[in-house]
Amino acid sequence: MHPMSSLLSRPQHLVLEDGTVFPGIGIGAAGVAAGEACFTTSMTGYEEAVTDPSYVAQVLTFAYPLIGTYGVDEIRMESDHVQCEGVVMRDCRPEFAAWLKQKGVVALTGVDTRTLVRRIRDGGVLRCALGDGTPEELQARALAEPLIDGRPLERHTWTPEPYVIGEGPRVVVVDFGSKRSIPARLAGAGLEVVVVPGDYDADAILDWSPRVVMISNGPGDPSVLTTQVETIKELLGKLPVFGICLGHQLLGLALGHETVKLPFGHRGANHPVRDIKTGRVIVTVQNHGYAVIADDDVSHVSLNDGTVEGLIGDGFASVQFHPEASPGPLDALPFFDRLADACRSAPIFTRS
Amino acid sequence: MPKRTDLHTILILGSGPIKIGQACEFDYSGAQACRVLRREGYRVVLVNSNPATIMTDPEWADATYLEPLDAETVTEIIEREKPDAILPTLGGQTALNLAIELAPLGIELIGADLSAIERAEDRELFRRVVQEVGLHVPKSIVARTPDVEFPTPAIVRPAFTLGGMGGGIAFTQDELRATIAHGIEMSPVGQVLVEEYLEGWQEHEIEVMSDSAGNAVVVCSIENLDPMGVHTGDSWTVAPQQTLSDPAYQQIRNAAFATARAVGVATGGANVQFAVNPKTDEYRIIEMNPRVSRSSALASKATGFPIAKLAALLAVGFTLDELPNDITGKTTAAFEPALDYCAVKAPRFDFEKFPLAERKLGAEMRAVGEALGLGRTFAEAFHKAFVGRENAPFPMPADNDELVERASKPVPERWDLLLEAAKRGLELPGIHPYFQERLREVAAVPARISRTPKRLAVDSCAGEFEAKTPYYYVTHEGEDEGPPPSGKAVIVLGAGPNRIGQAIEFDYCCVHAASALRKLGYEAVLVNSNPETVSTDYDTSDRLYIEPLVPENVLDVCSLEQPVGVAVSFGGQTPLRLAPVLAEAGYPILGGVLDSIDAAEDRGRFARIAGELAPKWGLAENADEAYAVAAEIGYPVLVRPHHVIGGRGMHVAYGPDDLDVTGPVLIDSYLEGALELDVDALADGENAWVAAILEHIEPVGVHSGDSACVLPGPSVNAKLEAEIREVASFIAKGVGAKGLLNLQLAVHHGRLYVLEANPRASRTVPFVAKATGTPLVENAVRLLLGEKIADLGLPEVVRPTRAWAKEAVFPAERFPGAARRGPEMRSTGEVMAGAATPAEAYMRAVRAAGRGKRGGHILPPLQASGLS
Repeated sequence: MHPMSSLLSRPQHLVLEDGTVFPGIGIGAAGVAAGEACFTTSMTGYEEAVTDPSYVAQVLTFAYPLIGTYGVDEIRMESDHVQCEGVVMRDCRPEFAAWLKQKGVVALTGVDTRTLVRRIRDGGVLRCALGDGTPEELQARALAEPLIDGRPLERHTWTPEPYVIGEGPRVVVVDFGSKRSIPARLAGAGLEVVVVPGDYDADAILDWSPRVVMISNGPGDPSVLTTQVETIKELLGKLPVFGICLGHQLLGLALGHETVKLPFGHRGANHPVRDIKTGRVIVTVQNHGYAVIADDDVSHVSLNDGTVEGLIGDGFASVQFHPEASPGPLDALPFFDRLADACRSAPIFTRS
Repeated sequence: MPKRTDLHTILILGSGPIKIGQACEFDYSGAQACRVLRREGYRVVLVNSNPATIMTDPEWADATYLEPLDAETVTEIIEREKPDAILPTLGGQTALNLAIELAPLGIELIGADLSAIERAEDRELFRRVVQEVGLHVPKSIVARTPDVEFPTPAIVRPAFTLGGMGGGIAFTQDELRATIAHGIEMSPVGQVLVEEYLEGWQEHEIEVMSDSAGNAVVVCSIENLDPMGVHTGDSWTVAPQQTLSDPAYQQIRNAAFATARAVGVATGGANVQFAVNPKTDEYRIIEMNPRVSRSSALASKATGFPIAKLAALLAVGFTLDELPNDITGKTTAAFEPALDYCAVKAPRFDFEKFPLAERKLGAEMRAVGEALGLGRTFAEAFHKAFVGRENAPFPMPADNDELVERASKPVPERWDLLLEAAKRGLELPGIHPYFQERLREVAAVPARISRTPKRLAVDSCAGEFEAKTPYYYVTHEGEDEGPPPSGKAVIVLGAGPNRIGQAIEFDYCCVHAASALRKLGYEAVLVNSNPETVSTDYDTSDRLYIEPLVPENVLDVCSLEQPVGVAVSFGGQTPLRLAPVLAEAGYPILGGVLDSIDAAEDRGRFARIAGELAPKWGLAENADEAYAVAAEIGYPVLVRPHHVIGGRGMHVAYGPDDLDVTGPVLIDSYLEGALELDVDALADGENAWVAAILEHIEPVGVHSGDSACVLPGPSVNAKLEAEIREVASFIAKGVGAKGLLNLQLAVHHGRLYVLEANPRASRTVPFVAKATGTPLVENAVRLLLGEKIADLGLPEVVRPTRAWAKEAVFPAERFPGAARRGPEMRSTGEVMAGAATPAEAYMRAVRAAGRGKRGGHILPPLQASGLS
């Protein structure tokens, strides 16, 4: 243990809603955090993961025990602050611990994360709370935490105002909590990217005269975002619609498919996905708790559990995984090139 | 893509004798390949000259040739067996080189084609092909004038000067111009090579698997703790990599794929090495191996991903997504392992054996073995690797400055020195700041915290799926993931890291012991720290533990397993040293062999047992006593210092003037010119059954491990043989030997002497088992479990299937003086060959050892003898 961190750290607990107690050392901000307990198996990319807006309302556990090994660089943040409710680790380096504290995040190190991961794997995701408080208080706090499913989240993670980056044919990104890398990759593919808030309706989106629309990732249960699904329905047929992660789920709902909650989600940088058309397997980055149930329109499937990992059809394409990586393998980057090609060949949307 | 049906017979090339840089990892990979290809219905023909391998047991291939691995011999085999394809990627550099030589025969290579091998092996060609696809290699230019544009720091090497004289390192542009000018002056051709200076860059390795459909995954990233400059085989390493951020890591991951594609690796495993600048994340590709390597074995054991098995299946056309992940049973091999522990590998050196060699590490590998430690924290994994080396402690410099100075150099004991410096709170020079911090943590953590041991599974998925394979490491947190004690577990203790005198032969014995125990209805539990071996393949035992073979860790395994027996007779000296501790803790030693081992090793006890059969000997406390004892015995005498590491200082004295004694010594009558015989037998405490009497080519005085030997021994006539059989039973009864028994005998002036008795597995067990077609280890296990020789159904006398010879292989190209045969063992491995007569067999063995070019022809495969 770093000499400094012993001054800042104190014994704390993580408690699951069923009362299971995991002792640890508090190294983050004061207070209590609560949310759905989930884990990622990614071995790199801790700054990216904790700043990924898809983790809103979740407490993120790193299955890999050594976190913070290469220091902290805010250039790797995927949004302007830490998004997950709390962070749970086995062995956190002092610099990253100090950074989490500075960002106001409740965080534990020294936790038996393998047991926690196996618990979530076997029993499915469940609510938890961590931080200052007795185990009894923390359990009560975990039980008081509303489930993610079936409700809109209070905290909006989208941009309050539209902003533009890049130059070229225009794509509108409908932001539900987009990782920074998505607009950055689109701009890098030679597009002008207009990022608009997730509550924009179809007219507001089309007012930007895009050639294609891209629905971003974001947190929460897709099935409650009924207005946004209607928006996508309106867009479909008017111009090509793409989606990533939550965007893929919303597109699936707009196409008439259903979404379902996975037992403990897919979170990690090693998820194999088969492209049905080519037969090729790519290793993808995933971070999702829900999946689309579909028999048609399917472009990609998970090799781990056979769930839908992508949709394709006339005027739409989406992936459940994260082609922008950050963190994780870059195998799926060509998704952005295909989107850029579509953008270049599509007409500018004009109202008829 | 399903497997290819146009192939019927596949030739697998082994890697030959154990050498530095090419050890048991290729037995592990070759054995896996044999198993899976036969399971898929292919006919497997195998060539390997190394008798101590599991893969050359007759049951592993359809036709096994214990023959020299040279083009002429393999051509003969090809003519006889007519293989449809050669799989050259699982037998190390030896197999790849051989495949290139065999190219004119036009047989298809699977796994890697000829042009890919050439592109990877030819340095210039390699640089060109990877640069063409936009990848970075170390920059270099040839300069004839100081006015060059080249970034600093740079290293300047004048052309054609001896030992690089006139070269130097330049850190500024001014220094660069001056150094080049000086170098040009020094060079007889007025020319210098200017190269990018990569010292202080971190070295990384990426293990890639690709298939014929173009899918590729990274099995494991490995980072060297030692910066650039020390061969990766001599470096401490950690998996997964620690110091690269995600973007920096993804950059080299992509570069590794691009390299494999550029070189043209068709299928299977490949290994790409990088230097990465820790300040800028710039990378340079150093080299790639288009084959399974030592690092692949390490990556397999560190992650649970069976690289060699999959490489063989990919070579015959399967794709990654068609192959199951054994560990989860649910998912496929098309994935990248996620770890929730860290794996540290420590090299094991044997410089003590080579006093003439400079104790310095560099571009050429010197390590003879390695130990792997797995732990939930870096400190835990580091500590396991550290003690797993089984090195004796050595005195640390008392002076802090001297300690730091020595620790700053690439010496074999560098990490011992660094850890000591960390304990004293000193500077830790020359290593990445991250590893400095980690080392300070290791120094601060008590070596061992007494808590309840728990087994965690090596599951390749960080707990995301349930593990089906029983492969564990022991830690002191979490929930124990192993089954409760079954009441039928027998623990087989492995041999630990390879070293001179204790290598693959003992792994062979442990693997056979495990298989025998399983056959007999026990649960075989293996404990070993050596990631290169077949014994650490999770298919070998019912439960596998990667743990150092030291008392604390082995006691942890015992307490979890509650074994009905612990087999200590198969892994060489390592388990024997542990046996008393285990016995004291109340764990039953299989066969109750402790007393017989003591009877054999205690010179006084043994001399009383052997009586007239033992040559004269005596103990001396100092030089004065030594003169008296030697005179009493009669010159010449063999003098052995007591309690020294590696048996240094052993010598023969022909008269008082030759005695060189500074402390306590053991003095033996030296039977000059005697014929030396090695006997491998089975014993049941009462009787011995002799499997073979090997005749040494070298006379007494040369370490038996370094001696060539032949079977049957030309000097062993019926009378001598009968006498030896009697002596074997006499000694077996005397020491109470159970299981395997090895005797070192000498015939001097017509009289038979017993030099040594070892009531345990010996180095020659695999050789004798193969030469006689007798499952020695399986029978030994039955004897240790209490059966009698009469219960085993052995023939009264077994004869070798043909004349056989074994020859030792020495690391002479790496250590000066290594090939000088004497009382101290220096060979790293051995070869075996057969023929119609012992003389011809010896000639074939010398050829297989690479010291002869001609002579003899291949014989039918082992399976043709009908004894397998």
